[in-house]
Amino acid sequence: MRFLPHSEADRGAMLAKIGVASIDELFADIPARLRVKGLDLPSVAGEMSVERTLGRMAAKNVPASSVPFFVGAGAYKHHVPASVDHLIQRSEFLTSYTPYQPEITQGTLQVLFEFQTQVANLTGMEVANASMYDGSTATAEAVLMAHRVTKRKKAVLAGGLHPHYRAVVETTSAMAGDAVVALPPDPTATEDILAAIDGETSCVVVQSPSFYGHLIDLAPIAQKAHSVGALLVAVFTEAMSLGLVEPPGAQGADIVVGEGQSIGNPLTFGGPYVGLFATRQKFVRQMPGRLCGETVDAEGRRGFVLTLSTREQHIRRDKATSNICTNSGLCALAFTIHMTLLGEKGLGRVARINHANAVELAEMLVEVPGVALLNDSFFNEFTLRLPKDAAEVVEALAARGILAGVPVSRLEPGRPELANLLVVASTEVNTVEDRTTFAAALQEVLA
Amino acid sequence: MTMNTHGRPTAPGEAAITNSDTFTGNRALQIEEALLFEIGRHDVTGVDFDEPEAFTPRLGKLARKAPIDLPGLSEPEAVRHYVRLSQKNYSIDSGLYPLGSCTMKHNPRLNEKMARLPGLGDIHPLQPLSTVPGAVELMSELGRWLLEMTGMTSVALSPKAGAHGELCGMMAIKAAIAAKGEPRDIVLVPESAHGTNPATAALIGFKVVTVPARADGTVDPEAVKALLSPQVAAIMLTNPNTCGLFERDVVEIAAAVHEAGAYFYCDGANFNAIVGKAKVGELGVDAMHINLHKTFSTPHGGGGPGAGPVVFSERLAAFAPLPFIRIEAEGPVLVESDTELKPGETPFGRMVAFHGQMGMFVRALSYMLSHGGDGLRQASEDAVLNANYVRVGLRDLMSQPSGDRTCMHEVLFDDHFLDGTGVTTLDFAKAMIDEGYHPMTMYFPLVVHGAMLIEPTESESKASLDLFVATLRDLVMKAKSGDTAMFHEAPRFAPRRRLDETKAARSPKLKWEKPQPWSEAAE
Repeated sequence: MRFLPHSEADRGAMLAKIGVASIDELFADIPARLRVKGLDLPSVAGEMSVERTLGRMAAKNVPASSVPFFVGAGAYKHHVPASVDHLIQRSEFLTSYTPYQPEITQGTLQVLFEFQTQVANLTGMEVANASMYDGSTATAEAVLMAHRVTKRKKAVLAGGLHPHYRAVVETTSAMAGDAVVALPPDPTATEDILAAIDGETSCVVVQSPSFYGHLIDLAPIAQKAHSVGALLVAVFTEAMSLGLVEPPGAQGADIVVGEGQSIGNPLTFGGPYVGLFATRQKFVRQMPGRLCGETVDAEGRRGFVLTLSTREQHIRRDKATSNICTNSGLCALAFTIHMTLLGEKGLGRVARINHANAVELAEMLVEVPGVALLNDSFFNEFTLRLPKDAAEVVEALAARGILAGVPVSRLEPGRPELANLLVVASTEVNTVEDRTTFAAALQEVLA
Repeated sequence: MTMNTHGRPTAPGEAAITNSDTFTGNRALQIEEALLFEIGRHDVTGVDFDEPEAFTPRLGKLARKAPIDLPGLSEPEAVRHYVRLSQKNYSIDSGLYPLGSCTMKHNPRLNEKMARLPGLGDIHPLQPLSTVPGAVELMSELGRWLLEMTGMTSVALSPKAGAHGELCGMMAIKAAIAAKGEPRDIVLVPESAHGTNPATAALIGFKVVTVPARADGTVDPEAVKALLSPQVAAIMLTNPNTCGLFERDVVEIAAAVHEAGAYFYCDGANFNAIVGKAKVGELGVDAMHINLHKTFSTPHGGGGPGAGPVVFSERLAAFAPLPFIRIEAEGPVLVESDTELKPGETPFGRMVAFHGQMGMFVRALSYMLSHGGDGLRQASEDAVLNANYVRVGLRDLMSQPSGDRTCMHEVLFDDHFLDGTGVTTLDFAKAMIDEGYHPMTMYFPLVVHGAMLIEPTESESKASLDLFVATLRDLVMKAKSGDTAMFHEAPRFAPRRRLDETKAARSPKLKWEKPQPWSEAAE
């Protein structure tokens, strides 16, 4: 086995030094009748063989880069500069552990400090943590945090929240014994969120751009929430949108959570991604997850450490703010490097290209007979009402080599009134030819 | 040596704010690297995109009004910045990393190559399932391996990390209890448990009752039996435990727990010690998470991502969350919503958007395929062999709380051997840094005073272990001989000397702020 350094002679010498006759003696604590004789699994395989096996599985899938691609709804295909993937594969980043020994993990720690600053600035908030698992779990943690801050246990979820995010919050809250008021899906952005907020509300959770692509004016929602002592939790699934859209912090959000996959991270069938989590300074000790802080070393030099760990599970056990004991370190690193390469100038430009491509695509698609656009405003994603079942249309287009978007029924299967809705995303990777091909094919499929 | 952290002089004759041995703060290859925010510029970008042609924006009134404050770097500047930062990190690729309970083993680069195949890395979780049958097949195959290794009935792949897997397992237990309409709200957690265990139970409304440990750190079945009642929902037990020992009485404990109508959650953090040696399903476990990064070598990446699939016994199988893989006649099917369920399938809900950590699934399966069943068993055996080799190499000089007995894949020492030396566990660990080693896990488990938990893993050769043992023996003898100044000063040969963690916590500085201009700072 190529990963195991010992020769049989080494093993024999080591057993002799330990003073046992066989390796099995070291497993004496496992009752003999429970010792496994063997596993019904294949035997050792060389690199070529593994590459062949996994390569065969990979070849059955259609990669996003190989076709005109318009699938979003919480995960986005963006171009990631080659240097990002190269740098995250450096041994010292890839194969290091959580930075518990700060003197020899200043690389990771400084990256986390830079990440926290970038996320805070991007969201318009005062502090950010060193990343969560993903946007959906970050949203559930934000609701739990709002409950700690407000001492209330009823969250209101806007109808534009990603259905999976809604489900994750509902599962966590139900298990924790908390209440959730989930407003019905809001494909037209006409719901009255304000009416759902009352004196028992701990927080109102609003996604913008919403699952259906609408930009939501958060300021009046924040105002109403604050007037009754509730918090506004602002959610985004498309981090790139913050390059062009007013940040939630400037609109009065108390906690901002979202998915950072768009910056630096590949699609990877849904994970691993990177959850972003930011809030106001006064709530920092109620925040879940890891935090990196600045300090000095014994010689007075600036350095970084993990800090405020008295909120965390390894110290507080069942009194901790959260059970989380890790972060998405490597994904956060990819985010940070990509963001550094973009900078203010590049992020704004890529965001404008995303928006321009989406505007052009929307204008093309509404020309197709029977197709209606449900959005007044959007960033790089919008919702179409088709004259027939959207899932069937998507399959028909996939058969023509176009991945056209996400039928809402994939995520809201129990609601026939949404069956004709299609969520379409267009990023900087789409070309004019991709858009033209899509529009023409949609016209044929609907004809 | 002090780094110039407050901006550089911009004109000849202007002084830096701090005194440095050198102007840059660098000393040959000991590189200082300023923060991105100190070296980046707002008008620089490292990507080439043209401005889009004129178009009519559709942002309503929500177009961003103020700048973001995100400095950029050109590509060569960015590469240099992050390469330099990387050089301030210790890693398993650069040396032995004996973190007990964390398991730092070799990360084969084949895994990375496989995860980057376009058909696996460049597919969207919501593209039509008809365009990703290979992805579903891969998830199914990973599940098959995990079930075979554990002897369990069903698997939830979606949890994003070990602690998230614990949450998944405990949620399934809570759902099963609710389905029976029972008022069970107590969870038993041994003293030696990972902090995540009580935190997880508390998160979903359970009351945590601590099970005291025996002198050797193992759990006494009698202590468990004394705490069992109709109120008890589950026990959360780590096996092999955090003292590096297999819980000898695990079957008796499981039987008692089941007899009382409760469930047995096993923290699978140390599963890597028993792959191919014992199946947890046969020990009476009802749910166990598996840290793919620990047992199957997906890289830690400075803190994550992890992946924490959970395996379930028949008693809990039906409660596994969405999504899950169902094996049908025509092949594996990804079940994503309640509307697709068959009778008897009662998932407790959904824990994550999409399907889980696919990138980690690929890496783990690549590792499993590489080893095969026989190789995985050999890896467990070598991990246990290595830990015991370190144990006997040090047992005459260091103190073992469990007495002189064989351990599993990690060996636990306490700090009694430092009594009277004036050297603390922390000092000892920092001295290891100067010898070129990442310290072992310290001060955990909590049941042992000044714990030092060493896990060499199967990746280390005999020569590597011999040098490690010799180094520790040298350090112990230095401490005992009164040669202790270097312990208190350590680390001396790291990018930083000891860092002030109290200061960091007392006045948290979590974000870079522009320093005050010179004129104002002087006042």
